[in-house]
Amino acid sequence: MSALEEIEVRDGVDRETIETVQAMAGKYKHGWETDIEMEYAPKGLSEDIVRLISEKNGEPEWMLEWRLAAYRRWLQMEEPRWAMLNYPEIDYQDQYYYAKPKSMAAKPKSLDEVDPKLLATYEKLGIPLKEQMLLAGVEGSDEPRRVAVDAVFDSVSVGTTFKEELKKAGVIFCSISEAIKEHPELVKKYLGSVVPQSDNFFATLNSAVFSDGSFVYIPEGTRCPMELSTYFRINAENTGQFERTLIIADKGAYVSYLEGCTAPKRDTHQLHAAVVEIVILDDAEVKYSTVQNWYPGDEEGKGGIYNFVTKRADCRGARSKVMWTQVETGSAITWKYPSCILRGDDSQGEFYSIAIANNAQQADTGTKMIHLGKNTKSRIVSKGISAGRAQNTYRGLVTMHPKATNSRNYTQCDSLLIGDKCGAHTVPYIEVKNNSSRVEHEATTSKVDDDQLFYCRSRGMDEEEAVALVVNGFCKEVLQALPMEFAMEAQSLVAISLEGSVG
Amino acid sequence: MAVTQAKLDAASARLAALDVPAGGWMAAARKDAVARLQAMGLPGKRDEYWRYTDPTALTQVAATPAALFDASDEAPVFDGIDRVRLVFVDGVFDPAQSDDPAAAGVELLSRQGAEIHWAQGLYGVLETRGQTPVARPLAALNTAAATEGVLIRVTEKAAKPINLIYLHKSETSDAILHHCVKLEAGAELTLLENGPAAARFNKVLEVEVADGARFHHIRAQGRDHQRRAVTHIFARLGAESLFKSFTLTANGVLTRNEAVLELTGDDAVAHVAGAAVGDGDFLHDDTVFVTHAAERCESRQVFKKVLKNGAVGVFQGKILVKPGAQKTDGYQISQSLLLDEASQFLAKPELEIYADDVKCSHGSTSGAIDETALYYLRSRGVPLRQAQSLLVLAFLAEAIAEIEDETIAEDVRARLEAWLARHEG
Repeated sequence: MSALEEIEVRDGVDRETIETVQAMAGKYKHGWETDIEMEYAPKGLSEDIVRLISEKNGEPEWMLEWRLAAYRRWLQMEEPRWAMLNYPEIDYQDQYYYAKPKSMAAKPKSLDEVDPKLLATYEKLGIPLKEQMLLAGVEGSDEPRRVAVDAVFDSVSVGTTFKEELKKAGVIFCSISEAIKEHPELVKKYLGSVVPQSDNFFATLNSAVFSDGSFVYIPEGTRCPMELSTYFRINAENTGQFERTLIIADKGAYVSYLEGCTAPKRDTHQLHAAVVEIVILDDAEVKYSTVQNWYPGDEEGKGGIYNFVTKRADCRGARSKVMWTQVETGSAITWKYPSCILRGDDSQGEFYSIAIANNAQQADTGTKMIHLGKNTKSRIVSKGISAGRAQNTYRGLVTMHPKATNSRNYTQCDSLLIGDKCGAHTVPYIEVKNNSSRVEHEATTSKVDDDQLFYCRSRGMDEEEAVALVVNGFCKEVLQALPMEFAMEAQSLVAISLEGSVG
Repeated sequence: MAVTQAKLDAASARLAALDVPAGGWMAAARKDAVARLQAMGLPGKRDEYWRYTDPTALTQVAATPAALFDASDEAPVFDGIDRVRLVFVDGVFDPAQSDDPAAAGVELLSRQGAEIHWAQGLYGVLETRGQTPVARPLAALNTAAATEGVLIRVTEKAAKPINLIYLHKSETSDAILHHCVKLEAGAELTLLENGPAAARFNKVLEVEVADGARFHHIRAQGRDHQRRAVTHIFARLGAESLFKSFTLTANGVLTRNEAVLELTGDDAVAHVAGAAVGDGDFLHDDTVFVTHAAERCESRQVFKKVLKNGAVGVFQGKILVKPGAQKTDGYQISQSLLLDEASQFLAKPELEIYADDVKCSHGSTSGAIDETALYYLRSRGVPLRQAQSLLVLAFLAEAIAEIEDETIAEDVRARLEAWLARHEG
């Protein structure tokens, strides 16, 4: 049984919070695997493997050259060790870099042709790969909620829904392997323009070996008619998943993009190194939400996904806007810093994060807000919860360049520890290089919106109750922005209050 | 930090240029410090712990000359206080200008022999403890090479404050001072420090505060514009003890003040604060590491900086709460007021917490003078300059409030006001 049971409830932490975290401990409901015949590339990493992946995807020569350049660069790089993460050396040769279901040998032309086993897998995960209207939990709503899904299974995209309908609106939503073939001009122009091949160890590795991922292009002035989503599933053993997502919002466009991920329970660690690049032009807006629920390993820390992810949005245009929302509950190791480059004047970046680390999980996550343009604004709200023997670190950078005049940043990061064997850490970097900008960083629960607190208190609540209510209200807002597919998971997180927090 | 050959070479070059003394009871500690320094090397520009401050001027073999500064337009700091004055000129004790140290129970590091001494349990000991988890090579260098400094041991409430006065008389001076202060159980001492000391100054202060003892420390780092300094305070606090330190810094090309405080006894209290004002070629770096290793301890870090004409303020503060250090109350605030577009504030306020029943918070803000407040004051008939000065002093107030002695606090406030008047426009 979970060690949490023996923990006495301290002042300010309610029983419900502990029970909810407990309920999530050791019960990973997506831990089953699909028994399906797979085709693997030989184990290990070499130029030949990079060539093989490129060939499997039927890529043009320029793409192969791009990958090889990344691979050669990667060989010169050292794995970063600055994060507060403790894990044994990763053997990059003891992994499969490409695995695809045999039934995908010839790419299905439509969803009807996809192997029923694969469809059943996503069905079981609550992601119906049919262009049906209804999703669980939205019965009775007047306007059925529709979400277009790109489903990635190990190294390949198995299908994308609502493609035709999106096409009518001018939206391109397909797997990146398809985009490389069908929209090379867009891929060439934007791939690596936000996260260059040489960006960091894991991003460079991804640049060399990414096998698939999603591609989104929203044309000028278009509001994407539905939410877009990618669901990543790792199934094969000893296989790393390296997906690459590229989202381009042209002038005045809008899109809300959702990402989910799960993996089977296994005793060995599996590597996941993804890259997400978002380009946002004038007046465009992108919302990117993630529920990261990779297998976290068992209570003893056996198994689990090593999650090393580089996500970055480039607000290139004036008045462009990006919002990152993440709920990080899975993975044995999380190394993830979704960032915003606020290049365009008046651009805005937001980062909302709830990170939960339990048992032997370790999370080192946060964001970077790089203010380059005038009148740029950013907001960071991070809630970290640690339980068991977990370590949870918020690491963030806010930088105001000399030319980013009249800019504004507000950062709040709160942490909650449940039990005396876990750790919660905060490592913010703040760099202010002009004086018309204001930067505020705080990490106390008592600094939740004073007006709301005052209101609650004037209604007779004590401060703890008031804070809990306000923080819960905030969490709900974040969680409600998440896809319906994750509604069940999200609901269980809402109950977690952040009372008794420390900064 | 990655130790590169360049850093090791820099350490060897620096040690070779210094006359590391042999003999005396400090011999073993010095030898150990030399060995440690040779293993860790001197800090380089790319070190994470020197991310915002270039250590080159502090690590290079020769000190960069600094023009002398005439501060006679102001009365020396602490002048009105009944105290024991001990004067160091360019880092060398000057008996002619000093009170008798022996009468105040103070020993000089420069007069030490080989016989067993109480300070053997302290000299280099706290400095060594302070080297993990972050290396502080310039402090090891100090332990290895210091020949001047004071050894103070108090067993009860000291009759008078002890004032260490650092005069700067040579443009090329390169001073290294190492002080050890031991407060036995229940003892109390106020240590005052003032003056620029030298063109380049490396100082280590090791303070052992036993159970129930109280240590007050106030320093003013002089008004010389061109001086460079790196200082370390290493303190270990026993149960129910108190440690309070305040630093006033006005001017100086480069100042790195590190404070490494370890709360090892339950119910100890440690406060460290600073007010720094800089105009033009000025970099001020407060690097603080507070370790809570006992229950119910309180720590406060309050650092305020006022910067103009390209001055740079740096703050690296960390609160580490070890497993079991329950009921810890840790507070940290670092703020900068940037008076013009060219100035910069770079901060890394960290928390590392391994206990669940603690209250730790930190805040960091940076920005210009509040235009609304300025407008309000002006609408009430306060002239612009005066209104600005009022708001700047109000901004610094939280740091100055950490000085317990009202007379000194008032004096510090007056000096800051005068500084602002001199640096108007």
